[in-house]
Amino acid sequence: MSQAATAGRLVGVRRRRRTGSRSLGPYSAVGLGVAVVGFALLVLIPLAVVVGAAAAGGAQAFWAALANPQTLNAIALTVGVAVGVAAFNAVIGTVIAWVLVRDDFRGKAVLNVVIDIPFALPTIVAGLVLLSLYGPRSPLGVDVANTRTAVTLAIAFVTLPFVVRTVMPVLEELEVDVEEAASSLGATGWVTFRRVVLPSLVPAISSGAALSFARGISEYGSLVLLSGNMPNQTEVVSVRVLSHIENGDVASAAAVATGMLVIALLVLTGLDLLQRRVARRDS
Amino acid sequence: MIREPRPLRLALRLVVIGYLALLVLWPVSMVVVNTFSDGLGNLADAFGNPAVTSGLRLTLEVAVWSVALNLVFGVGTSLLLTRYEFVGKRTLSTLIDLPLAVSPVVVGLALMLVYRRDAPLGGALYDLGYQIIFATPGMILATVFVALPLVVREVVPVLQEIGDEQESAARSLGGTGWQVFWRITLPAIKWAVVYGVVLALARSLGEFGAVKVVSGNVSLRTQTATLVVEETYANFQQGTAYAVALLLTLAAVACITVVSILRPKEARA
Repeated sequence: MSQAATAGRLVGVRRRRRTGSRSLGPYSAVGLGVAVVGFALLVLIPLAVVVGAAAAGGAQAFWAALANPQTLNAIALTVGVAVGVAAFNAVIGTVIAWVLVRDDFRGKAVLNVVIDIPFALPTIVAGLVLLSLYGPRSPLGVDVANTRTAVTLAIAFVTLPFVVRTVMPVLEELEVDVEEAASSLGATGWVTFRRVVLPSLVPAISSGAALSFARGISEYGSLVLLSGNMPNQTEVVSVRVLSHIENGDVASAAAVATGMLVIALLVLTGLDLLQRRVARRDS
Repeated sequence: MIREPRPLRLALRLVVIGYLALLVLWPVSMVVVNTFSDGLGNLADAFGNPAVTSGLRLTLEVAVWSVALNLVFGVGTSLLLTRYEFVGKRTLSTLIDLPLAVSPVVVGLALMLVYRRDAPLGGALYDLGYQIIFATPGMILATVFVALPLVVREVVPVLQEIGDEQESAARSLGGTGWQVFWRITLPAIKWAVVYGVVLALARSLGEFGAVKVVSGNVSLRTQTATLVVEETYANFQQGTAYAVALLLTLAAVACITVVSILRPKEARA
């Protein structure tokens, strides 16, 4: 259930009780200070330094690093695959959530655990296991190693839980009497699903898809063994950043990394806004 | 509740089982098949390889540190975010999620730029005798970074849900802050903390990209188990790679199984 809670909360599906927040006392003020300093030293300052390193060479160097053809190809591939997989996840994730919540069959509990495996499995192991089934020594006779299909496969694997785990809690809490009212008024099952159920799932589906996109564009570990990292063909943005680092070209690495950070921030801000809108509608 | 027609229901069930089998179950089962393809030979080779045993030991050390730091930071931050008012609270709450969306390679790059020897902060720490980058502390930092939101995201909603009536009551009866935390707050959030810790553990055992950048990836010294998998596979020691991957897979599956067994307990309580 790993992502269930995390993702479910991002769309604010839990009912909240009012808490009277207090202003800080001496101990909690020290606690806040320690937490903020720790967070700054670990996350904020390092990320700011990346942006600083990208800006240090000037705007021209920054754009030159991003506009390098090999980098552009990596960006196009990564964003394209991440968008495609997120859209696919929006559909298959909703279907999986629907089956896990509404259907009942032997082995359902196992599937429920299987959904979370991609979240807990080390990414390098994810790449290794996909390679052993879909690589050169595949028992299925399917070899997609070092192709764009492999990139898609790896990203579909690591992003599997997101939509499922955001949609499931919403589906579980849905009021069934609305559906019954719709069908007692003569709506067919499909019409009820499309007009009554689906609209209440849309915020959860979109935040799940956004999380899946954010995870997809930042993926690295599962692609190392599987995609071959061929320039202009199967090289994703994270691999590009790493090869800049390994070549000692910190400025270019920082420039591409800054681009990725901007996208990550945009996705998070969008999710925050979405969550607030849903929370307002609930109250 | 709407009921889809029986054929559609069976079709959807089939699609889901087929998709999950092809994407997750079958591939993951291959790690078992390939590890035991020649009996116990691969596992024996792996455990006889000093690079593997040192990698496993290092992974464990890094994960324990990372989980401990995340536990303290996560519970503390969750209390601050739910029980207190301060300037910048919403910003902190949004930024806490940042590590979920940042590429591990970027995490590694960011830490390297600040804590390497020729950077001001890294240099100062080095002069004090603490090497961060290309050493264990840097790997712990990277792992803490990637697992950072997990405890907070588990604990915050529970703190919001239980409200603070009991805590105020305890305080008005003269309980100190510490007593209120130990006797009232902690028992109420105990399971959320456990899930957060188990998830952070799974994430920490498996971190790869960020650790690869900050560790320097030196066999026997700064190479964790996930880095050993990559190197042994690339060096045509596939059997060893599968054996180490199997251990990591078992740890991951154990973590999510523990969480899914524990979780219904909370619902019943």
